[in-house]
Amino acid sequence: MTLDYKGATQKYEPTLGLEVHVELNTNSKMFCSCATEFGASPNTQTCPVCLGLPGALPVVNGKAIESTILIGLALNCSIAPYSRFARKNYFYPDMPKNFQTSQYDEPICVDGYLDVEIETEDGPKTFRVDIERVHMEEDTGKSLHVGGATGRIHGAEYSLLDYNRAGIPLVEIVTRIIPGTGKYAPQVARAYVTQLRDILRALGVSDVKMEQGSLRCDANVSLAPIGSGLLGTRSETKNVNSLRSVERALTGEIERQANRLEAGMRIIQETRHFLEESGLTRPGRSKEQAEDYRYFPEPDLVPVTPDAKWIEELRAKLPENPADRRKRLQKEWNVPDSEMTSLINAELVDVVEETIKLGAEPTRARTWWLGEISRLANEKEVAPTSLITTTFVAEIIALISSGDLTDKLARQVVEGVVNGEGSPAEVIEKRGLKVVSDDSALMVAIAAAIAAQPDTAERIRGGNIPAAGALIGAVMKATGGQADAAKVRELLLRHLGQG
Amino acid sequence: MTNIHSTAAEMASALSKKEITSVELTKAHLDRIADVDGKLHAFLYVDSEGALVQAAEVDAKRAKGESLSPLAGVPIAVKDILAQKGIPTTAGSKILEGWRPPYDSTVVAKLKAAGVVILGKTNMDEFAMGSSTENSAYGTTQNPWDLTRTPGGSSGGSAAAVAGFEAPLAIGTDTGGSIRQPAALTGIVGVKPTYGGVSRYGVIAYSSSLDQVGPFGRTVLDTALLHEVIAGHDERDSTSINSPVPQVVAAAKRLDVKGMKIGVIKELSGSGFQAGVSARINESIELLVAAGAEIVEVSCPNFEYALAAYYLIAPSEASSNLARFDSMRYGLRVGDDGTKGAEEVMSATREAGFGKEVKRRIILGTYALSSGYYDAYYGSAQKVRTLVKRDFENAFTKADVLISPVTPTTAFKIGEKSNDPVAMYLSDIATIPVNMAGIGGMSLPVGLAEEDGLPVGLQIMAPLMQDDRFYRVGGTLEAALLSKWGKPILSTAPDLAVKK
Repeated sequence: MTLDYKGATQKYEPTLGLEVHVELNTNSKMFCSCATEFGASPNTQTCPVCLGLPGALPVVNGKAIESTILIGLALNCSIAPYSRFARKNYFYPDMPKNFQTSQYDEPICVDGYLDVEIETEDGPKTFRVDIERVHMEEDTGKSLHVGGATGRIHGAEYSLLDYNRAGIPLVEIVTRIIPGTGKYAPQVARAYVTQLRDILRALGVSDVKMEQGSLRCDANVSLAPIGSGLLGTRSETKNVNSLRSVERALTGEIERQANRLEAGMRIIQETRHFLEESGLTRPGRSKEQAEDYRYFPEPDLVPVTPDAKWIEELRAKLPENPADRRKRLQKEWNVPDSEMTSLINAELVDVVEETIKLGAEPTRARTWWLGEISRLANEKEVAPTSLITTTFVAEIIALISSGDLTDKLARQVVEGVVNGEGSPAEVIEKRGLKVVSDDSALMVAIAAAIAAQPDTAERIRGGNIPAAGALIGAVMKATGGQADAAKVRELLLRHLGQG
Repeated sequence: MTNIHSTAAEMASALSKKEITSVELTKAHLDRIADVDGKLHAFLYVDSEGALVQAAEVDAKRAKGESLSPLAGVPIAVKDILAQKGIPTTAGSKILEGWRPPYDSTVVAKLKAAGVVILGKTNMDEFAMGSSTENSAYGTTQNPWDLTRTPGGSSGGSAAAVAGFEAPLAIGTDTGGSIRQPAALTGIVGVKPTYGGVSRYGVIAYSSSLDQVGPFGRTVLDTALLHEVIAGHDERDSTSINSPVPQVVAAAKRLDVKGMKIGVIKELSGSGFQAGVSARINESIELLVAAGAEIVEVSCPNFEYALAAYYLIAPSEASSNLARFDSMRYGLRVGDDGTKGAEEVMSATREAGFGKEVKRRIILGTYALSSGYYDAYYGSAQKVRTLVKRDFENAFTKADVLISPVTPTTAFKIGEKSNDPVAMYLSDIATIPVNMAGIGGMSLPVGLAEEDGLPVGLQIMAPLMQDDRFYRVGGTLEAALLSKWGKPILSTAPDLAVKK
């Protein structure tokens, strides 16, 4: 009988370990001044250093060190006063020097942690993920294997090499083993990578785009019978290209391992490749025999010895933890969880906060970003933030709040701004969007009140002026108390031939 | 009358006085190369056209009255391990045959900027691994003093070019003695600057923590003039030292050692050194005493382990540095018939492209870095390195400079040691500690050994970034020797010229 996920986790305890690779968004590469822009023509962003030409030497990118220290600090790590680069030696065509310059036994950041919160059957629960190390290294080039069934090097007719990525600064964030997550292991992993992504984004050190590979997660998991206190043999799943995939890959891998164990087979220590379509993993490189990378300290580079004062300056610059910030904003804005989640998922928290800071009324700021602007963005298949600035949104909201625009007119203004017709003021001017008067807005409400209470209206027409109170009350209620009652009275009486 | 036998300083002076043009001087050297290099085989590539273009540019600038660097217009030979844009650069290896670098090494760029005219690239042991140039994939260089003997190595081509009057100056590199040993064996001056004193950018790496570029000249002053052109901080070399270049030209001209303490290293004298070598060293010591220096004996007990440690550290780094020669991006490619995988082609290329000594060191280094052996080999070797440094530090508390012979023997016969690697390795026994400690050292010609009439070199060593000290001592001793002999020893070398 095969075990499903539930069955698997009722019998086996998963132990996680996560390795996240982050491409830093520095303007230049780790050890040379080549550009790092994503998607450039192959081999156009290369030089003697990142091509590993004979004689070329590396020089460490100071900005990359700063970014790595910021990451370490944000993950509660200690920053080593002395750390070194080492050479990891192995042959592969997309690695120009046939060694990777990486930190090994002397990493720059050690011993941190990240608290991640997930929803469980018993409500929110926090897991502490211990961070073993955060270190710097350089990325390799990219190989494209042409021909052959698998797209892998074996069986390919030929391979194309692009060294644009070679030497892009990478930071590797390695957790210690994460025990005790039980059936929530995949959720904890996803929450960890999500929070990590949010932190990296808040730090501004990476594009953190999993689909472009600027954030990559290798998910290690092993199983042991519940209560055994043992640690099983782990597999390492690669090619996990989205947050959702982190969860899916681990769920699938836990099931697979459990069923192997059930069938009396052992788990092979290997890397596995996540298959997006099926949610399954296929075997990759065996790690049964540890590869000998012949690490030794990189003699072409001097040790990294960040000044303690500089580290403290960087610590002072750290942004608020994104998780804490969200809790604070949710409270300030007084919005329900569901709406906060929508804002987070749509990546609109920052712009909404900024729009509010620019004076916009909080409810309107959220509604406009999440509603009309997101709708237009969906149509155009772009990010809402690329359509319109927070300043313009705040201006439009101010005009709505002052009664100078109705929602309907405001939508036209937004559309005009998005279409490049200029600022909100220019759009209003050009489109001749005659700013609506208070009177006409109120008249709509008055007409509605009359329609709802025709008898009262008849009495007023007949000269019973005090009866107007009931209709005025209805209009005030309909306008949320925002209308000027004297004005309502004047308009109502005039409309009913008593003004 | 300025000619190819003049010193670089004399050539520079004649050029600045417009007694001769750089084009004339360059042509004279190209003629000499055409005449004698068939015997010496010092050059792997002669860039006649490029040299004459460069010379004409310097002449044009001089004609316009532009201010020029002191060595502008003087020719030079460059070891084939320094990248020069567009010029074949092989490091003496088949694996780089036909490779033309797309960039200039910092030293080549500095030479060009200073108007020093680059005649061509000189022969060397493959990837600087050797002490005789016999490991070159392109044939052995002969010693101008005796064509049956080696000029030393690995910078043997550069040394032979200068000693054979093919160039007044040359650039070499020194990882374990590769400038000082050939300088000693050919009777010229060679300097390994302090590690980090000259940029390594563009120098094909053998052992990154030991490699250093340095100058060759026929006099101490010439060598100093070149040293100041190539030295200085380079932001493209992280290990280059960011502090002012020692004033070596001024030091070379000082001609005074009064009150200086000169330490004789006990472990590098006496037994193990050829009698004629020791005799010349002792004579030099007497001349230094006569010039007012004080001699002290110092002990460096850990030097005996330096050679063994060197042959772990250098091959370890080399095994990694030479990994990039895999046929994928440049250089030789063997076996790519469309049926083989990348790994097979890499393997076939490395099998065919590397020579025996290079393979020996790659295997040695790969082994020494392997897990399980790392601590015993690479780790222990690094400890020895620290001990060697301490030996020097202690010695320099007692002396301003240290001296020793450069080599145990004078130039050996071609083929004499080529089948005995350890015997070959021993010829660097006195020079290796300097590289291990990262300090600078000079090889100064101090006469000929009585038994074979071949040049003997004295090694003068100074603390980190105090390179001016060995120029001061070297310049003083050179003057004393010149007045003793009446003429430079190199003028007694056989005349190789065919054309008279």
